[in-house]
Amino acid sequence: MPHQADTPAPAVELSGITKRFPGVIANSDVNITVRAGTVHALVGENGAGKSTLMKILYGMQPPDEGTIAVDGHPVSFGSPADAIRAGIGMVHQHFMLADNLTVLENVVLGSEPRKGLGLDFAAARAKIRQISDAYGLGVRPDRLVDDLGVGERQRVEILKVLYRGARTLILDEPTAVLVPQEVDELFGNLRDLKAEGLTILFISHKLDEVLSVADDITVMRRGTTVASVSPSGVTARKLAELMVGSELPVPELRESTVTDQAVLDVRGLTVVGADGRTVLDDVSFTIHAGEVLGIAGVEGNGQAELVEALMGIRVPTAGKITLADRDITRASTRHRREAGMGYVPEDRHRQGVLLEATLWENRVLGHQTRPPNARGPLLDRRGAKADTRRIVEEYDVRTPGIEVNAAALSGGNQQKLIVGREMSGDPVVLIASHPTRGVDVGAQAAIWEHIRRARADRLAVLLISADLDELIGMSDTLAVILRGRLVADHDPATVTPEQLGSAMTGAGRED
Amino acid sequence: MRKLSPRSVLLGLAAPVGALVFALLVCAAILALTGKSPADTIDAMATATQRPRTIANSINSATTYYLAAVAVAIGFKMKLFNIGVDGQYRMAAMLSAALAGATFMSGVPQFLRIAMTIVAAMLVGAAWAGLAALLKVTRGVSEVISTIMLNAIATYLVSYLLNPARLAQATAGSNNISTRRIDAGGQVPGLPYPGSTSKVFGLIFLAVLVGVLYWFVLSRTRFGFELKATGLSESAAVASGVSVKRMVVYSMLISGAVAGLVGMPQLLGSSYGYALDFPPGLGFIGIAVALLGRNHPVGMAVSALLWGYLDNTANSLDVAGIPREIVAIMQGVIVLSVVAAYELVRRYRVRAEQQEVGRALGRTKTLEEVSS
Repeated sequence: MPHQADTPAPAVELSGITKRFPGVIANSDVNITVRAGTVHALVGENGAGKSTLMKILYGMQPPDEGTIAVDGHPVSFGSPADAIRAGIGMVHQHFMLADNLTVLENVVLGSEPRKGLGLDFAAARAKIRQISDAYGLGVRPDRLVDDLGVGERQRVEILKVLYRGARTLILDEPTAVLVPQEVDELFGNLRDLKAEGLTILFISHKLDEVLSVADDITVMRRGTTVASVSPSGVTARKLAELMVGSELPVPELRESTVTDQAVLDVRGLTVVGADGRTVLDDVSFTIHAGEVLGIAGVEGNGQAELVEALMGIRVPTAGKITLADRDITRASTRHRREAGMGYVPEDRHRQGVLLEATLWENRVLGHQTRPPNARGPLLDRRGAKADTRRIVEEYDVRTPGIEVNAAALSGGNQQKLIVGREMSGDPVVLIASHPTRGVDVGAQAAIWEHIRRARADRLAVLLISADLDELIGMSDTLAVILRGRLVADHDPATVTPEQLGSAMTGAGRED
Repeated sequence: MRKLSPRSVLLGLAAPVGALVFALLVCAAILALTGKSPADTIDAMATATQRPRTIANSINSATTYYLAAVAVAIGFKMKLFNIGVDGQYRMAAMLSAALAGATFMSGVPQFLRIAMTIVAAMLVGAAWAGLAALLKVTRGVSEVISTIMLNAIATYLVSYLLNPARLAQATAGSNNISTRRIDAGGQVPGLPYPGSTSKVFGLIFLAVLVGVLYWFVLSRTRFGFELKATGLSESAAVASGVSVKRMVVYSMLISGAVAGLVGMPQLLGSSYGYALDFPPGLGFIGIAVALLGRNHPVGMAVSALLWGYLDNTANSLDVAGIPREIVAIMQGVIVLSVVAAYELVRRYRVRAEQQEVGRALGRTKTLEEVSS
């Protein structure tokens, strides 16, 4: 594509976009101008209409009103294929990669290079290497996607879009799944892409990230664009106000409620992965009643294995787990749950909910052996439904009823249902993995408040989070996990996110 | 899974009815292209319908098909594909026929004798399915592969055992060989159907009972909940304390036990012995009926009746000079189009429900509203 030296036309210009769903206006009179060769951030709470707008720009839904112009030319997209042809590519929040294929195969999938009747993998491999080198993505074409970490998978997604000739990239909450160091790497990549003349449209609700990487910021609220600002002229606080009309909630604990009664005691817990690698190495800790133990770490350093070993989903190779003086090392997941272990999983769609089951059936999930959901071998449907109504009420799950499928709710509301369910039935310990990931500020504040209240009520909590402010604010004790080992303890009252971040990467350690 | 509302019922019916209409159109087109008259075909089928015998036989076929469909559906509910219902019911019918016809059984009271036959059939069916379950949980063998192979093994095993030197005897005056005939003391009496010499299988009540139990277990028990949960998301089920291996074993055993029942109405109600001409392929019909009936206890009953009706009117097409294979084509088109139609309806439902929720809620609350 030839570059115009003098003031190029905007890469993307959306004007007057309106999109109505029956009864709801998802977008109304949205105006955004994205300058070519810039990183443009689109911020707003969940439900502010960002996703709908991006679906419109990516050709997944037609707008009811308004126009889209790409590089100054008006366009109308009937499908994502049209958008891709116009040079617009999208990197979804949830990766769309086939684990059992290589990077090369994933990238060419759907636009396979042909040579005669066969596939020209050599040409594709060369092209992938060339793109990877040009933008510093560090993607190796012949690795199996299954072996890649989250950050690498994301770079593969970006490369996939570039491979198809995109000049404008839409990134939908790309940092939601990343830890700070990976976020820095991603931002480095974005700057490289920008330097090469590409345009990035970056969707986020993390304000400090937006301020550090964006050239322009557009704020959306209630389906419309409320402000266009430059990062130099705005503070995080000001942005937050624009987004929600008020200040962001702060994670913090009030007075200490830690008792000397040990609830969950873990000694020498070791997990060896299927490939023979030690993924969890001699981990020991104790959580007392009324205590929140926070675990900080870069994703993939054994947190998932720790949680699954604690819940009995994964069999530990060595070690001992004691719950309220009872050895549960060999107990089944059901027994652990019945003994009072609550579980808020990291990936709610994978482990937390049945999307195609009703809310009350989801209330039963994981609690199917206990009142109010069961009487002996029979389900207590009435009891389960009544208790679901209570959770919906107390946890402010926004739903018209309990007979709708979980898939119909927004992620934040699904999460509130999960937290409500796991807090039911008097748990003695809660294993919470990223309890507020992907939820909006209001829901986040509500979930924090519920954890605080349960903690005051002598609940022991293991909190794993990639949000360092949340970890520092919500924990009584902080430990850092690195390559499967607990390497350092920190006092949440004095530690800074920067100190924690460097401990997480192993910087400043002697070995 | 959800409350009955007029709209959801309508949506539920849209797919099968649409598939049926589509299949009718395809068949009409095929008939027209091959120079046969679609009108004559409908006419021939309508005439057949007026004969009480057709209806009685349709009900009998449906009884068998329904049991096969429930056997398949138990697996389907947890995304387990028991393709082996066919082999399971043939093994079960053959061995229980040998048991029921054995000389020492003559002295056993009728009720007990029938019960023993049925229980034996369930045990054999469960055992045959259990092999596939065992392979799956210990060795990770896909149940699709193993049950298909077990079908083939069953075929040879049955023909090995169905030999005068072993469990069978030659039928006088024909080339057929059969297990020893079950005498009146081991038979289940049929129900007379007005105007027809064919009787309706007495074991139709067994099929109804199985249907009721299927409904009850799935929607009212913890086991049924865990079964459905495993089918909807195995990872979520594991995290919820469901032992997936145990569920695989249990559901395969139950599926196999129900598969064992498939041959019973025919065996105890009309054949009175397992012979070379015992109906084959019922397990595969069960798959089609379960698909069409969407694993729903009532839906499968309706589709079993439809299937039985189509099969039994096919005979009358021959008389009218229309190739009876048109019925098989129609059944095939129904299954293919219904699978597509259900997926379309499912997607529409998800979207409609999301919009409904959106409409009921308006927008997300702002922070002020939450904290106030």
